[in-house]
Amino acid sequence: MALSNAIEIRNVVKRFPGPGGASDAAVVAVDHVSLEIRDGEFFSLLGPSGCGKTTTLRMIAGFEHPTEGEILIHGRPMGLTPPYQRNTNMVFQNYALFPHMTVGRNVAFGLQMKKVSKDAIERRVQEALAMVRLPDFGPRRPNQLSGGQQQRIALARALVNRPELLLLDEPLGALDLKLRKEMQIELKNLQKEVGITFIYVTHDQEEALTMSDRIAVMHQGKVLQVGSPTGIYERPNCRFVADFIGETNFLSGVVDGQDGDVVTVLAGDGLPIIVEAEGSYARGTQVTVAVRPEKIRLLPNPLKGSQNSFPCQVDQVVYVGTDTRFLVRLPGDIALTVRAQNVISTPDPSGYYSEGGGPVHAIWPSDAGRLLTD
Amino acid sequence: MTDASTTRQNNSLLAAIRRRPGLGVLALIFPSLFWLVVFFFLPLVIVFVYSFLKRGPYGQIVWEFNLQNYARFFDPLYLRVFARSFKIAGITTAVCFLLGYPMAYWMATRPPRWRNTLLLLLMIPFWTNFLVRTYAWILILRDSGLVNNALLGLGLISEPLPLFGNDLAIVIGLVYGWFPDMVLPCYAAIERLDFSLVEAAQDLYANELRAFARVIFPLTLPGVVAGSILVFIPSLGAYVTPDLLGGARSVMIGNVIQSQFLSVRDYPFGSAFSFVLMAMMLVATLLYFRVGGRTL
Ligand SMILES: Nc1ncnc2c1ncn2[C@@H]1O[C@H](COP(=O)(O)OP(=O)(O)OP(=O)(O)O)[C@@H](O)[C@H]1O
Ligand SMILES: [Mg+2]
Repeated sequence: MALSNAIEIRNVVKRFPGPGGASDAAVVAVDHVSLEIRDGEFFSLLGPSGCGKTTTLRMIAGFEHPTEGEILIHGRPMGLTPPYQRNTNMVFQNYALFPHMTVGRNVAFGLQMKKVSKDAIERRVQEALAMVRLPDFGPRRPNQLSGGQQQRIALARALVNRPELLLLDEPLGALDLKLRKEMQIELKNLQKEVGITFIYVTHDQEEALTMSDRIAVMHQGKVLQVGSPTGIYERPNCRFVADFIGETNFLSGVVDGQDGDVVTVLAGDGLPIIVEAEGSYARGTQVTVAVRPEKIRLLPNPLKGSQNSFPCQVDQVVYVGTDTRFLVRLPGDIALTVRAQNVISTPDPSGYYSEGGGPVHAIWPSDAGRLLTD
Repeated sequence: MTDASTTRQNNSLLAAIRRRPGLGVLALIFPSLFWLVVFFFLPLVIVFVYSFLKRGPYGQIVWEFNLQNYARFFDPLYLRVFARSFKIAGITTAVCFLLGYPMAYWMATRPPRWRNTLLLLLMIPFWTNFLVRTYAWILILRDSGLVNNALLGLGLISEPLPLFGNDLAIVIGLVYGWFPDMVLPCYAAIERLDFSLVEAAQDLYANELRAFARVIFPLTLPGVVAGSILVFIPSLGAYVTPDLLGGARSVMIGNVIQSQFLSVRDYPFGSAFSFVLMAMMLVATLLYFRVGGRTL
């Protein structure tokens, strides 16, 4: 399939009247957002509570209309088109199954409204129920289903219409952790199977990383970064993204010099940190080096070469099952978190890596850090 | 010492209740049960017994069992009264629904801080005595009343409109009187409605009208059923409104019962008539619940 755009969001702003009515300052829920989402893509909107994810999704569905800018679905500007004339379907966070209808009639609803023939409705409802692996659930009532089953029926009710776009607003939010992980994989497989563009709203970074082809990270109504899961995780473009996705050490300092794509930053009271970066940075620029805790190793001896290698003191050792977390202190009182996988079954907290032990060296390569200017 | 003994007494009471949980329930419902028996059930029994007795020449009760009172009900005169009462009550209920449901919908979809004010505004007129409010309608509807005077004065009509002393006046009075009883249950049902279901319907290609017919209305039907019963039952048994607003020919069941008890002093026939009315209300209510219950 050609890489056409399923959806294009052009400079969209959404303002809501403030809580005190028209006289009050407006709430800017979505602030100049532009996005292009490709056909067949699993695209996630990720961000903390209140960042405008739901509002963006509701504008695509047609429940809200942009204050400024426009939204195009397969090249057609949507304008004020009402939801029932858009070929999109939404899976609501609380599922919104009709309690007065059986599961079968819930799933059939959209097809009935589109005036599909009775035979075809029956067949497609059966197919949809089989697809979500609940083939015999047609005669049940929504209140006779578990949360996970309701979730699947909501999915079937949307997918049975073969929409151009499926919009999902935190569809797994109400499920327990184990079921959520199962459903993540199931949803991802289903999306590959039907080939429909999914726009998926979540505030769970792990969920977004697991399922998405691409992710847009939102904060305070703005899109900060759009990219693949690795792109977002490995190459965050600002402090907020680096902090929101996973765990990060931030080492602030000033640029001391640049040699090709390797920049030296003086952190704290002059600790020279080397980091690879695109672009050029003037000496004296205020910057932050972001380093993921799992990219730092603790070794008994220093290492030379294109590595950062600093003696440090272990303040705390925390065993967290899969990993052990070390809180260490670099010269100049710079705190650093280090994560090491527990490869050996019984981690020995004595010796070098025990609290107050040492000397230990914190080591990471220059391409493990990320130079941020905000 | 006394403290200790009362405590022990309480303990033994509690222990007794613990041994037989039925006792505890009985203790809890006794006051309301007593009330129901004395003020509701006993009078009902008396009326029921009366309905099988005979009226003496001076209006006294003659203790002689017979079914004459119930047979008299099939007199075409009384059947017509029943038919008219059902028609008036039915029209009243329908008008209350047609006016009340949209109003309830509008109120329930205002911002929450407005809703209580609106409910209060709806209720305020009903703090005035029912009789006074019904009298006010006489002043509005009669030939020389507000409406006719205004229309005559504007030259829109040359003869007063027949607004008073007929079934129309009764329906107006009853609709006015029982309007909140329709609005409140509908309002409660609509306010409880999860509007994300309406959005889900619209998302599934239902336009506003179909979203209403397939989702909003079916889900708020219990409120409509409750409101209809609350309007229909008192309208069917109404007697003040037809007495004041209806003409000599607009007699309803309530007026027949009233006159049997107060002017004709035929207690047995009045009792029988009351019982037939109650039986019909019961049947109507059960039917309505079944219809309402099935679609839910
Ligand atoms: N109908 C509305 N009227 C006024 N303000 C609104 C309305 N809907 C959303 N907002 C505001 O817009 C902002 C974004 O809301 P939105 O629901 O899009 O956030 P979200 O990212 O989905 O958050 P969450 O993860 O908590 O669901 C919030 O500050 C919210 O208070
Ligand atoms: Mg949301």
